[in-house]
Amino acid sequence: MPETERVSPTDIRRVAELANLELTTEEESRMRRDLNAILDYVAQLGELDTAQVEPMAQVSEVLVAPEEAASEKLSVLRDDVPRPCLDRERVMAAAPETDGVFFKVPKVIER
Amino acid sequence: MSTMTAAAGSVEGIRSAIAKGETTAAAVTEIYQARIAGEDPRIHAFLSVDREYALAQAARIDDMAAKGESLPKLAGVPFGIKDVLTLEGFAATAGSKILEGYRPPYTATAVRKLADAGAVFLGKLNCDEFAMGSSNENSAYGPVHNPHDLERVPGGSSGGSAAAVAAGMAVATLGTDTGGSIRQPASFCGVVGVLPTYGRVSRYGLIAFASSLDRIGPFAATIRDAATVLGVIAGHDVMDATSSPLPVPDYTADLDRGVKGMKLGVPAEYFAEGLDQEVRAAIEAGIERLRAAGAEIRPISLPHTRYAIPTYYVIATAEASSNLARFDGVRYGLRAPQSDTLAGMYRRTRDLGFGAEVKRRILLGTYVLSHGYYDAYYRKAQQVRRLLTEDFLGAFREVDAILTPTAPTPAFKIGEKSDDPVAMYLADIYTVTASLAGICGVSVPCGKSRGGLPIGMQILGRHFDEAAIFRVGQAVESL
Repeated sequence: MPETERVSPTDIRRVAELANLELTTEEESRMRRDLNAILDYVAQLGELDTAQVEPMAQVSEVLVAPEEAASEKLSVLRDDVPRPCLDRERVMAAAPETDGVFFKVPKVIER
Repeated sequence: MSTMTAAAGSVEGIRSAIAKGETTAAAVTEIYQARIAGEDPRIHAFLSVDREYALAQAARIDDMAAKGESLPKLAGVPFGIKDVLTLEGFAATAGSKILEGYRPPYTATAVRKLADAGAVFLGKLNCDEFAMGSSNENSAYGPVHNPHDLERVPGGSSGGSAAAVAAGMAVATLGTDTGGSIRQPASFCGVVGVLPTYGRVSRYGLIAFASSLDRIGPFAATIRDAATVLGVIAGHDVMDATSSPLPVPDYTADLDRGVKGMKLGVPAEYFAEGLDQEVRAAIEAGIERLRAAGAEIRPISLPHTRYAIPTYYVIATAEASSNLARFDGVRYGLRAPQSDTLAGMYRRTRDLGFGAEVKRRILLGTYVLSHGYYDAYYRKAQQVRRLLTEDFLGAFREVDAILTPTAPTPAFKIGEKSDDPVAMYLADIYTVTASLAGICGVSVPCGKSRGGLPIGMQILGRHFDEAAIFRVGQAVESL
């Protein structure tokens, strides 16, 4: 076990709630142990001084010069014209519960 | 394959044998279906097969051949498709219980391009759940066994895709690679596996894990076959805004040019502590053969390499936690029964549907994106991602390609690492760097261990310079 626990039992329950996951008590302690081990390993990123480094979200950022990216020629957006979409019947066929038009779910609002 | 010559087991061999009337697509399909029936009960590479569908595809090729029409590039070639890619009307489980029974209403662009080029689909291939894993042990439908040693893993996450080619149950397959999931299993199974440049192949129809890293690529027995398949699936697609408009070259054109005069970099960081001695010896021997064939071998440094695994596991899990939020029991797949409230239904569905590794990554990803930790983890990892990428951009000003081991060890035993997530993540130590930088790579067989296990050399190339890595790969293959 690490000397300082980054993820407490309260943290793991809060994160599980944010992620819409239901964990058993057993899962909770195993996941907490694993997350702490992984985050201990991740902590070595702190050795690097990145104060002057721009975050990189995706690869195209480094392939295209900023002035080029701004030009219309390289725009990746397609023309905004209506096109046929997936057939409703085939999409609804995959739904767990449907009336053919809507997806049906358990009650959302208490009356 | 007693009724066919060895050459007929290649992409071009099969196409030309059908064109010349020496065999039929139906006969080829049946040979491979028989192999699956014979071999796969021990290997478990396929999650689903559809005999009739494949034979109908083959019949269309045979009709064309009978009429004397010119046959498309992949005519009659038996393929398998990793089960994270959609084919309309076919089950697509992504190796997860949460998608059990799901039949997608659309086809992935890469899969459609294969079909348009005459490929025959034998079935869908086993993989780690949502492509999260390095051993295929995270499949909800049971592990894949390495054809070279059934007690060992085939690698992951595209373990089924690698094992199917290695066992001769398909001529080529599609896999996906987010942190090494094509290259590492190719190395473990002794086949060729290609990581195309990010943006080279449309991701439309790939069930997303980490969208800034996910890529689709081919497995095959040879560089030539893999290059041919990549040429078919590559190209721009209006359905994927990150796909590149750059033209697709003929990847087979330069294969036989050799490596004379090429500058090949060998990064010291990939030969440090943790590298198995037999793997080191095999890769160093391969490098010496390339030198003897006329390549200029240069030592290089990629100084941020040791930070790649932590960087990858922050970025990949953050993106996964967001992508996998869509599995909620509403629109497709599993829904937990008898939930009184919507929130309860979400939670129970995800609890029943996701396996342990997927939950672990969703939790980690949610944690690193959560209030108070975003800057310390996610933003930090994105900054280090840029440093890792700049390492490569600098190196590629000096060299045409980079040579490394694909994985630190040959295939490990089933169960050996399944209790220790960090040890398992280290299986990807040489592959995640290229994933983060968006460059292309290929794993090509390069010797075996004393125990007969395959060892793979990873060849990394500049963005969109697949032709160079195929040229080097072809040289490794033929030396």
